[in-house]
Amino acid sequence: MQYIDYVTLPWYKKIVVRLTKAAKNLGHNFVALISKIGKFLISAFTGIVGGIKYFFSTFWKGDIRTKLSYLFMGSGCLLRGQIVRGLAFLALQMFYIVYMVSFGWGQLKLFPTLGTATKKEIWDEVNQIYLYEQGDNSMLILLFSVLTIAISIVMFYLYFRNIRMAYENQQLLKAGKKLNTIVDDAREFLDKKLHVTFLSLPTLGVIFFTALPLIFMILIAFTNYDKNHQPPGSLFTWVGLENFRNILSGRDVLATTFKGVLAWTIIWAIFATFSNYILGMLLALMINKKGIKFKSMWRTIFVITIAVPQFVTLLLMSRLLDDRGAVNILLGYLGMGPVKFLTDAAIARVTVIVVNIWVGVPYTMLITTGILMNIPAELYESARIDGAGPYKTFTKITLPYMLFVTTPYLITQFVSNINNFNVIFLLSGGNPLALDYYQAGKTDLLVTWLYKLTVNYQDYNLASTIGIMIFVISAAASLIVYNSSSSAKKEGMFQ
Amino acid sequence: MRMGMKKRGSVANTIIYIILSVLSVLWILPILWLVITSFRAELGAWTPYILPKEYTINNYTRLFTDTALFNYPRWFMNTLVVAVFSCIITTILNLMTSYTLSRLRFKARKAILNIGLILGMFPGFMAMIAVYFLLKAIGLTQSLVALVLVYSAGAGLSYYIAKGFFDTIPKSLDEAATIDGATQNMVFWKVILPLSKPIVIYSTLMAFMAPWLDFIFVSVIMKDNYNNYTVALGLWQMLTRENIYQYFTQFCAGAVLISIPITLLFIKMQKYYVEGVTAGGVKG
Repeated sequence: MQYIDYVTLPWYKKIVVRLTKAAKNLGHNFVALISKIGKFLISAFTGIVGGIKYFFSTFWKGDIRTKLSYLFMGSGCLLRGQIVRGLAFLALQMFYIVYMVSFGWGQLKLFPTLGTATKKEIWDEVNQIYLYEQGDNSMLILLFSVLTIAISIVMFYLYFRNIRMAYENQQLLKAGKKLNTIVDDAREFLDKKLHVTFLSLPTLGVIFFTALPLIFMILIAFTNYDKNHQPPGSLFTWVGLENFRNILSGRDVLATTFKGVLAWTIIWAIFATFSNYILGMLLALMINKKGIKFKSMWRTIFVITIAVPQFVTLLLMSRLLDDRGAVNILLGYLGMGPVKFLTDAAIARVTVIVVNIWVGVPYTMLITTGILMNIPAELYESARIDGAGPYKTFTKITLPYMLFVTTPYLITQFVSNINNFNVIFLLSGGNPLALDYYQAGKTDLLVTWLYKLTVNYQDYNLASTIGIMIFVISAAASLIVYNSSSSAKKEGMFQ
Repeated sequence: MRMGMKKRGSVANTIIYIILSVLSVLWILPILWLVITSFRAELGAWTPYILPKEYTINNYTRLFTDTALFNYPRWFMNTLVVAVFSCIITTILNLMTSYTLSRLRFKARKAILNIGLILGMFPGFMAMIAVYFLLKAIGLTQSLVALVLVYSAGAGLSYYIAKGFFDTIPKSLDEAATIDGATQNMVFWKVILPLSKPIVIYSTLMAFMAPWLDFIFVSVIMKDNYNNYTVALGLWQMLTRENIYQYFTQFCAGAVLISIPITLLFIKMQKYYVEGVTAGGVKG
């Protein structure tokens, strides 16, 4: 279909065309994804085979110093004069061995069961007292097992690096070249290997404070670590996919809660994202319209509301909108009855979306201002000559242009609205409570439910399961939006 | 004809002025109410009337004198210390990460970008629970050091916006510098960084403001160690059921006090905020 045909379609047919296109793309991209995964697996496999081959053939070809580095890490460097590098390798190996023998292996051994011995009371006949025998702690076992596995993987990698380095050194010497001294190394890390230098600290931070904790929590989703299994008093163990089964297909209150909260989360994310987006853009258009004076004053008024910390404004709003709050007093003056802004389920849902507009529109206004300025003036000029009014100009030029340019921003906004903890938690606290829900209220999002389950009820297994579901939804949403936006790009509207 | 156009334009402008005025009132009103309540003499979260009967500055003075239960000055200093340290660390790490991922080419680059994307899709709070256990295992919970660590550790994942900014700087600059014998490290500090004022200021601003705004991570880490609370968590404590009647007006006063510097900072730095986000976060 030509672009001209598409433009002349009525709006509902346009949607159909868009959707079929997106669906087609989705199928296509799905196949691409699968083949990508397949390719990745194949390359991983060949990589492993290649690695094993390299491992043995190098041992065969290596001289004594290279061979020695199979046993003692760093020998290949140390014995060829690279003292610091060699000693570092050797020290790491020592550390790893000591760590594994004294601690790591003991934890790993318990990993399959997550511990069996609970804390025991033993009656000591001789001294006539109770002795307490320290039992296992499933939580610590899991935590340290994850840590040990991570350390082992890093060690494994370093071990291979050590062999590779030893062999490369051997060949360099054979070719009559000089080996890198410590000064050369340092220089290289500031130039060709700068990425290693720059990324090492941030990576460590991410590994210890994001990646490992996430892996730990993901594993928790496959255990029964809930309020009835709190170590060290009572242990928890693996339960496979039971948590997922309970949440997705059980007939009990858990599945009801999950479905209800999930549906509301998605509705919320859609409304919150697009209401802010469109209204913020309209606000920016109004402020930046030719002939409007005091532009920076208007902008500053709205920016002030960004600058006041969100927890302050939101807590304040929750007081203002309370059944006894200032807004209801004002309504009382006008002779209207109190509105249950935050205590009636349906009204509360509208309230949080409206308040979110109050919170979010200034941000969008700020961000879109710059982009709106970049829309080519000729587009507007020719639209005006063709007799298009402001509404037509907005829907035919401004909105499509903005959607085209800001798709990545919209995706991040959507994902962050799914995880929009602050607005819900501070404003409504997830309330009003629902009797048919498990520990959740009618305005609770998945993420605030997760918070309640962990902080108030210690149902860590459910919380982790929900966390994984949130990830799946965010990933799926990003994939779909990315797909339909790439289809928009193929239409070449603005290229 | 021209007169008619002009007239229509001015009618449209009048309507816009009216809309903007109404919206401004709607947006300013809650904040005005906050300021007024902070000067209210009567206690309680709810009054059956809107404007206070009596005004006082006691709510402000009591924040600094009545420190037995709620030690506002101490919380303020805590937050300032944490904000300064985590701001320095975060900004440096964040810029280094974004620069590396944007302008240096190496084997693992694509993989790192993808992993970052995937990690970002898990709710941040989920990792927090495990971080608490981890901190507890090394005996760091309930301390300000732990807080600085937690705030700065995320720096490696928030590269998105700064990376977008670095992507827009022409590659020829690096090449010219390299030909003149500069190492990659020198290119970063001497060539690229001086050109990146908006994004440096943006990163600093965001990192500095985070500890003032967050109270979820603090509440998980600090539990009941009142002395190490930050302002946000402390103020939040004032609104619990047993405290709200006595302390609501003080809460408003405390909120006004932290809002003033942040607001001034933000209005002053607004330009950089916009430049940072539009250059980095929003592009086709």
